[in-house]
Amino acid sequence: MSQTRRVAPEVVGAQPVAGPHRSRLSRARSFVDLKVSPYLLVSPYFILFAIFGAFPLGFTLWVSLHDWQLAGDKEYVGLEHYEFLLGNERFRTTVVNTLGMFVVATVPQLLLALMLANALNKRLRGRLFLRLGVLIPMVTSVVAVAIVFSQLYGTEYGMINWLLEKVGVDPIDWRASSTASWVAISSMVDWRWTGYNAIIYLAAMQAIPRGLYEAAIIDGASSRQQFWHITVPQLKPVILFTVFISTIGGLTLFAEPLMFGSGRFDGGTTGQYQTVAMYIVQAFRERNNYGLAAAAAWLLFVIIIVVALANYLVVNRIREAK
Amino acid sequence: MAGAAAIALLAAACGGDDDDGNGDSGSGSEAITLKVDVFGGSGFGYEELVKQYEQQNPNITVDYNIVTDDYDNEYRPQLIQQLDAGSGAADVVAIEEQGVGQMMSMSDAWVDLTEYGLDSRESDYPAWKWELGFTGDGKLAGLGTDVGGMAMCYRTDLFKQAGLPTGRDEVAAMWSDWEGFTDVAQQFIDSGVDAAFVDSPNQIYNIRMVQEAGNGDGLSYFDEDNNYILADSPAVQTAFDYVLELHEMGAIGPFQNWTDEWNVAMEAGGFATMGCPAWMAGVIESTSGKQNAGNWDIAPVPGVSGNWGGSWLAVPAQSEHPEEAAALADFLTTPDSQLAAYKAISVFPSSPEAQQDPAVAESTNPYFNDAPVGSIISDSITTFEPVYYGELHSAVRAAVEDVLYGVVEGTYASDEAWDAFVAAGQEVVDTSA
Repeated sequence: MSQTRRVAPEVVGAQPVAGPHRSRLSRARSFVDLKVSPYLLVSPYFILFAIFGAFPLGFTLWVSLHDWQLAGDKEYVGLEHYEFLLGNERFRTTVVNTLGMFVVATVPQLLLALMLANALNKRLRGRLFLRLGVLIPMVTSVVAVAIVFSQLYGTEYGMINWLLEKVGVDPIDWRASSTASWVAISSMVDWRWTGYNAIIYLAAMQAIPRGLYEAAIIDGASSRQQFWHITVPQLKPVILFTVFISTIGGLTLFAEPLMFGSGRFDGGTTGQYQTVAMYIVQAFRERNNYGLAAAAAWLLFVIIIVVALANYLVVNRIREAK
Repeated sequence: MAGAAAIALLAAACGGDDDDGNGDSGSGSEAITLKVDVFGGSGFGYEELVKQYEQQNPNITVDYNIVTDDYDNEYRPQLIQQLDAGSGAADVVAIEEQGVGQMMSMSDAWVDLTEYGLDSRESDYPAWKWELGFTGDGKLAGLGTDVGGMAMCYRTDLFKQAGLPTGRDEVAAMWSDWEGFTDVAQQFIDSGVDAAFVDSPNQIYNIRMVQEAGNGDGLSYFDEDNNYILADSPAVQTAFDYVLELHEMGAIGPFQNWTDEWNVAMEAGGFATMGCPAWMAGVIESTSGKQNAGNWDIAPVPGVSGNWGGSWLAVPAQSEHPEEAAALADFLTTPDSQLAAYKAISVFPSSPEAQQDPAVAESTNPYFNDAPVGSIISDSITTFEPVYYGELHSAVRAAVEDVLYGVVEGTYASDEAWDAFVAAGQEVVDTSA
């Protein structure tokens, strides 16, 4: 505001010398400068968002209301695809799988990240090395991670079953049941993302004023009490951020279960670990059914919004709990 | 590299122009480029044939592309999109068995090769290979290239441990029919050797099902009007029951094809037998490694006939030079060319004439104790009876095979498996456009 004021008198001062014509031009220029250029400067994001965000969203919605062939007939069918999906057992299974894996993966992941960040925030020997260490899984390609983990979770020749047998536990067929496959896939997700979240928490922790802790210590609070009553509430905005990011990532889970099932979209013999994302890709890639895939994509979008809102309400209670 | 290719292209184009300048060098003397799209790790082995063709037809430049090695996930969806959109497809495209039904259901997308006199090629093929090249409404759209055939690979070391004969003639005699196969399985199980008898349920199921269908009405999952008839198909029922019988004996392993576990089991001796199309020999050799040389042998399958894999060349209707493209497809699929491709990269010829050539018929495989692979595979092809593949055949096949794996894995009890089997195929029908 103060900047605009400073600019304006100069322009006005130039007026008498320049004459009426010049003044209209400079007025136009100042209008562009003040009212248009800010929008131009922020426009790249909105233009890109319109092309790659808003348009695909709208177009997908349009496709989902049709029986859609790439170049052939596009017959309007209304909400038929949505009706089919809501009544379809396989699609419901994929929704349950996706939500299930999201919970199994995200809850321990964020709790672990919080503990990890708290530990890394203390004075430790080799702190920098440890802090970098938790980030290393992030640098590994998701497919490489999934391939290695898929071999570890082999039923007959996998290392985890071999270790289980060593300690006298029956080997587990990791791909046969929902529970086992969810745990296996969640472990891949957690291995990759726990460190990432821990570093974000750590950065936020270092911004918490030390005075709060000093006051708490004077009041006789234990370090456990400090963690739950100062650290966690102070981290609330950051926790909210990581929960949102994890929700979006978890509900669009694709690469890990795909590689776990040897690159097939079926997600196991009964779809035990088929996610909604896999169902969508299967619908248009294998079944050529673009309308159905688009409808499933929109349902996934709605699910993500609902889950994100629910998470927001849960996380928002943190301060009240104090 | 790109520069060199561009220069070569220019030179070829100039050559064409010169021909034009010289006047009458027959029809089609205008310089044109024909694009050929194929798939596979080493493609179709056409490099030399393409050069030869360009020499014989100086006005034609052939742009031969190996698009990807992943047919099902990359090549097929891309080709379908190009055909559907009406542009972007090559002048000659390769189609694999996995999805030939889907391609042939898109009748409008293909040039009818009969228009260019290629119905004369019928005598070069076994009947089933020829017939699968026709669209639903009777256009000749595809000319066959290679085939997979079918044989049974088995581990001699495990057979020896189990006290079974290991010579391939004796083995073939023991399982000349499916009852014999069951008996061998039982003996193997009784011996207590720590390995599965068969790797997985799906190949046994498919070999049996296609034999039964070929000897019966020639139908499996769909009838010629594309109605879903899996539940009423006697061939499917017989093959399904047979797999269940083997499973209840404990003969079938859980090693799903193309998984890590399957690869490890192949090397470590986790199973004693597996279905073996011609191209599988190479897979076994590279997966099992040198240390297992001589541990694998190969014999005919029970009932002898079978096939897995093999391709066709077709000309999309969107091609600007359908006549020249048809002539090229014709050239690339002649018995001589099939032989040349076999010599280049060992793709097994579908033409009986090429199969009888000593280079194929007398070929043996040193890794498999010098087994006469050529004649074993030829026998499986010549006795093979055609089976109709509907548009959704390969998608249904993948879904119902999941149920078979589920039975072995214990996800389905045997008595609920059939209903799940029928329902899995129905799900594909319901969700396909």
